[in-house]
Amino acid sequence: MNFWLVLTANSVTFGGLLFLLSAGFSLIFGLMRIPNLTHGSLFMLGAYVGATFVVGLLGFQLNFWLAAILATLAVAAVGALAERLLLRRLPGDQLAQVLVTLGLSFMAADFCLMVWGGDPLNIATPGGLGGFVRFGVMVFPAYRLAIIVIAIVVAVGLWLLLDRTRLGAMIRAGVDDPDMARVVGIRVSQLFTVVFALGAGLAAFAGIIGGPILSVYPGLDQDMLPLALVVVILGGSGSLLGSFVGSIIVGFIYNFGQALLPELAYFVLFMPMLLVLLLRPQGLFGRHVP
Amino acid sequence: MATSALSLKNIDAYYGDSHVLTDVSFELGEARMLGLLGRNGAGKSTCMSVTMGLLAPRRGEVVVFGDKVTGLSPEMVAAQGVALVPQGRRIFKSLTVRENLMVAARKPDAGSKHAPWIAETVFAMFPRLAERHKQIAAHLSGGEQQMLAIGRALMGNPRVLLMDEPSEGLAPQIVAEVMATIRKLKESGLSIVLVEQNPRLVFDVADDIVILNTGRVAVVSTPAQLDKDGVDLTQHLGVF
Ligand SMILES: Nc1ncnc2c1ncn2[C@@H]1O[C@H](COP(=O)(O)OP(=O)(O)O)[C@@H](O)[C@H]1O
Ligand SMILES: [Mg+2]
Repeated sequence: MNFWLVLTANSVTFGGLLFLLSAGFSLIFGLMRIPNLTHGSLFMLGAYVGATFVVGLLGFQLNFWLAAILATLAVAAVGALAERLLLRRLPGDQLAQVLVTLGLSFMAADFCLMVWGGDPLNIATPGGLGGFVRFGVMVFPAYRLAIIVIAIVVAVGLWLLLDRTRLGAMIRAGVDDPDMARVVGIRVSQLFTVVFALGAGLAAFAGIIGGPILSVYPGLDQDMLPLALVVVILGGSGSLLGSFVGSIIVGFIYNFGQALLPELAYFVLFMPMLLVLLLRPQGLFGRHVP
Repeated sequence: MATSALSLKNIDAYYGDSHVLTDVSFELGEARMLGLLGRNGAGKSTCMSVTMGLLAPRRGEVVVFGDKVTGLSPEMVAAQGVALVPQGRRIFKSLTVRENLMVAARKPDAGSKHAPWIAETVFAMFPRLAERHKQIAAHLSGGEQQMLAIGRALMGNPRVLLMDEPSEGLAPQIVAEVMATIRKLKESGLSIVLVEQNPRLVFDVADDIVILNTGRVAVVSTPAQLDKDGVDLTQHLGVF
């Protein structure tokens, strides 16, 4: 297949993964104003926990999708705990939140290194998706196509949840005006836990789903976190559409940058972010945060 | 006075080091309307924040129908049947009109005599909101936003309704409409605190008047008594 087509396909796939990762980051920052620097760690933790079941490190093996669901739930629970026990105590103090989440991310990295060691874990492509799908003259790796489909399904699901349910409206009310939301009886603090768990679960899900492509290795967290930051700054925090478009853009910039200007990959990645910060600080789709 | 719907008792409140309310006490009777007056910065909105649990007082307590609510979170105070129409309306701008109402829905207390407020009854009261029910609230006019803020408060099926300067920034004709609504709510038996800077609006509808001056209760009276006494209101309220 043509070099450009491959690059484009990879960009879209990577954009899909980034969306799964950054949607939660964006929600957590948009609703709770918490810059959650553990988001890369949650991605890595999801990948490791999932890999443990897929590879059979505990002496038994699970189907990839079952492992993915288990990893998602486990990391969502970890996220909920971190929110309840730690972040809850630092409302509105972003410097403290940055320091605590940064500290947690270092601890998580150490923990993963201790448990899973320094060697990368390769996760096999789930059964039935190892082949290629043909579209006329193009062939597309089936698993990458599956990732795109999953990202779209999750995007639509999240959109329905946020846009079409009362729970979603309550979350958005909490984003708009947390104090007023509480005044009308919304338990914003419980919503925060739910949103944090949801965001953590999505990051973990992205981690395990991305496993067959990226594999799992120490430092994966620090590779992913900056990408999520760029996506959210480009797209605007709290905006699902912003996350989606931002993810696709970053997917392209990252893949094309690495292929064409490998020495300047980070430059190419962060330049658009700087421009957006200067020219449109609320992001392409974000609302202006006072 | 009959049952007390809301009472503030010896409230002292601070923002940081700044002492904003000093020994504030007043009482709202059931099914009555209390007009809370005072010039800009007198502490009226702070009384609302303290009542709603948004600002913890350093001293004193807030009691709603006999239950102490001091120290409860705003959502718990709301669950006790207190609703606020805040100064500046503060509707949820990115939600639609209908969503603004839905998120505030609370079932009425058992034994409530009135038909519960649901989105449809709010729409019946404010037909203009009904026409715009799918619109994003940010696109409403000031008057419509005020109606939405009132409707949103009613969705909580409150026993006590706090209204903080509902006439602020509205055209006279819209003010008249809003005041007519407030009168109707009072006639339905709701207990209401109406905060205003303009005494003329309040004297017509309120049963009781409390005037705050620099964070202290300066006058507790009724409209009729104030008229009779010819109290010099400009001293507390500035010139109208
Ligand atoms: N969030 C706040 N932080 C600090 N000071 C405040 C805050 N809100 C109000 N104040 C001060 O408290 C005093 C009372 O304000 P407020 O209750 O809003 O008065 P009113 O509603 O009667 O106009 C004013 O001096 C005001 O400047
Ligand atoms: Mg005020």
